[in-house]
Amino acid sequence: MTSPGEVAVVAFAQTRHVRAADDVSEVEMLMPVLREVLDQTGLSAGEIGFTCSGSCDYLAGRAFSFTMALDGVGAWPPISESHVEMDGAWALYEAWVKILTGEAETALVYSYGKSSPGDLPEVLTRQLDPYYVAPLWPDSVSLAALQARALLDAGETDERELAGIAARSREAGADNPRAQLRGSAPAEALLEGGYLAEPLRMHDVPPVTDGAAAVVLAAGDTARLLAARPAWIRGMDHRIEAHSLGVRDLTDSPSTRLAAERAGLFDASAPPPDTAELHAPFTSQEVVLRKALRLGGETVINPSGGPLAANPVMAAGLIRIGEAAARISRGESRRAVAHATSGPCLQQNLVAVLESDHSDNATQGEAGQDDATQDDAAQGEPA
Amino acid sequence: MHKEPVAVVGVGQTKHVAARHDVSLAGLVREAAVRALEDAGLTWPDVDAVVIGKAPDFFEGVMMPELYLADALGAVGKPMLRVHTAGSVGGSTALVAANLVAARVHRTVLTLAFEKQSESNAMWGLSLPVPFQQPLLAGAGGFFAPHVRAYMHRTGAPDHIGSLVAYKDRRNALKNPYAHLHEKDLTLEKVRSSPMLWDPIRYSETCPSSDGACAMVLTDRDGARGAAGRPAWVHGGAMRSEPTLFAGKDAVSPRAGSDCAADVYRQARITDPRREIDAVEMYVPFSWYEPMWLENLGFAKEGEGWRMTESGATELDGDLPVNPSGGVLSTNPIGASGMLRFAEAALQVRGMAGEHQVEGARRALGHAYGGGSQFFSMWLVADTPPAS
Repeated sequence: MTSPGEVAVVAFAQTRHVRAADDVSEVEMLMPVLREVLDQTGLSAGEIGFTCSGSCDYLAGRAFSFTMALDGVGAWPPISESHVEMDGAWALYEAWVKILTGEAETALVYSYGKSSPGDLPEVLTRQLDPYYVAPLWPDSVSLAALQARALLDAGETDERELAGIAARSREAGADNPRAQLRGSAPAEALLEGGYLAEPLRMHDVPPVTDGAAAVVLAAGDTARLLAARPAWIRGMDHRIEAHSLGVRDLTDSPSTRLAAERAGLFDASAPPPDTAELHAPFTSQEVVLRKALRLGGETVINPSGGPLAANPVMAAGLIRIGEAAARISRGESRRAVAHATSGPCLQQNLVAVLESDHSDNATQGEAGQDDATQDDAAQGEPA
Repeated sequence: MHKEPVAVVGVGQTKHVAARHDVSLAGLVREAAVRALEDAGLTWPDVDAVVIGKAPDFFEGVMMPELYLADALGAVGKPMLRVHTAGSVGGSTALVAANLVAARVHRTVLTLAFEKQSESNAMWGLSLPVPFQQPLLAGAGGFFAPHVRAYMHRTGAPDHIGSLVAYKDRRNALKNPYAHLHEKDLTLEKVRSSPMLWDPIRYSETCPSSDGACAMVLTDRDGARGAAGRPAWVHGGAMRSEPTLFAGKDAVSPRAGSDCAADVYRQARITDPRREIDAVEMYVPFSWYEPMWLENLGFAKEGEGWRMTESGATELDGDLPVNPSGGVLSTNPIGASGMLRFAEAALQVRGMAGEHQVEGARRALGHAYGGGSQFFSMWLVADTPPAS
């Protein structure tokens, strides 16, 4: 059996995200990403120990849409495979657990979402209580506006800060060739726009996006063989909250805080993360998550642009883990936190803590003892 | 370091019926979960995580129902995961939950699968048109009938085998108080003369549409020690998938199915499944799938499955009872059907199957499949812990 700290992200790939991938099917959108992520490791689909995906039939408007995606993987001879009807971040969680049992040494995780065929905010109303709430069709933007209003009323943020989050995210997206929205007008200019659903303006809302992503996980020495700089998943946890918006404090995210604690984010012996990739589709939600994750000025938030720059539903959470891992693999981060969310107003949240090999002291064998000691000393240095 | 042994210490299910008008989706799942907890002698705070499964969201018209069901399943503040692997989902869901215990991520996990088919129309849910794809021939029967015909052609199985299976399973269901169909006056002749739906599949050889839920409590070695009743121990579990349609696919005996079984037997150290396994709950939505799966799972030689069925070996008092609970042919809340197979296997080795108990059952196989015979999940449970 593997210990939690000995599983790493060794490869990540994503589509160039777009408003409407009209010219390709879900499978056609996904296949280049699968090819790319496998090529990064040199593995074939048949050599992967476990495969898991995340998607949602409501986007395609048909049942069993994931069966076609499996055809795209090339599942012959038959593979050990599973699927969650959740964001790919939860597929990654299932794959992580599978590796921890020792039954698999590597895992391929992928997810995809084409939001363009339908009206996404209306589609998402089907997530609500089917008897009392869903028949009223309250859309996802209006629900996020309720949350934003609660934050403003509580004095947790103001519209200027929200515009700043939008501008910062989309400016960061300019450096990300895969992002859908790249660059932004200054925050001051954004505030001149009209409301979409008060207090949210267009800039506070994520773009409707079609896209896909894939990650390869590996355990221990296999990870070291497959990647020059594996991004070790030191801990991962997810928690859910009550469904009814009326019974939750929308200005807080106790599930995120608890997941972060269980994932080891707040370990006193570790430095604060230098990178955070947050799945906050709405600007106001970043405010909630920053507080729950206790993020301060030393943490760069959503250097990829985050979901405000590209928000392929079902893949956006997996992309956060992939982007955080990619920063570690590029040597730009030593300790990162990645977050994924599901449900209206941050109902369900997943937190993963990723680290580079430099602070790898707990999980090395005895042979690595000397290195580990050196790395302990190196931990105090700025990343 | 070895995996943590996983024990089934609680099983709960609803009385399956065509339409549970008296409960909401939340009320339905809650009922099965409470029964599983009672069986385990545990309460909600003892549960560390919840893993749920169901077939397509379109069947009830609720997108990602785990969000809405979090409160009903006591999951608030806990991890909740939703698995969806088509018809095999009930089995896959149990395996994902078991892995959480095996990996020592959680100690006690509640797993549940459900379908409330009366809130929508499964035929509609499966028949939404997709651009550039063949339409799904009006539900599952139309898809599977040609494969049954191919099996008959390949093996020379006579026409009456399917009726024998349906007659057996429906009689077994009479002994199961939770089964949906209780056809007290059914005769073999009535099965044989029921209307032909998708030749060679007759009306009485098809599964019903049910409302229902099934839940299990899984726990580690320490948890099993403190359990209220006898535990069932997981000795092997696996999932395998292959593409829906391609030139090399054997739709009569898919390789994903036989590979999956072989993996489970390897884990459980079973070399002769026919002799070493005492009861089998297999996913038989159309009666002919019993002889087909008997071969696919290694209980009968290729071409001999129908002879085994015909011999009476798979009857409740035969040497390899298959579907003592009445099976999918008697109860089919689609998303829960796979978990019901897994749960019945556990009940058998716990000696808690009541009137449909297989005498002295010590090892039982739970089997589920889905999609176009492309997704498989199975587990083998026994009355003693696995050797470490």
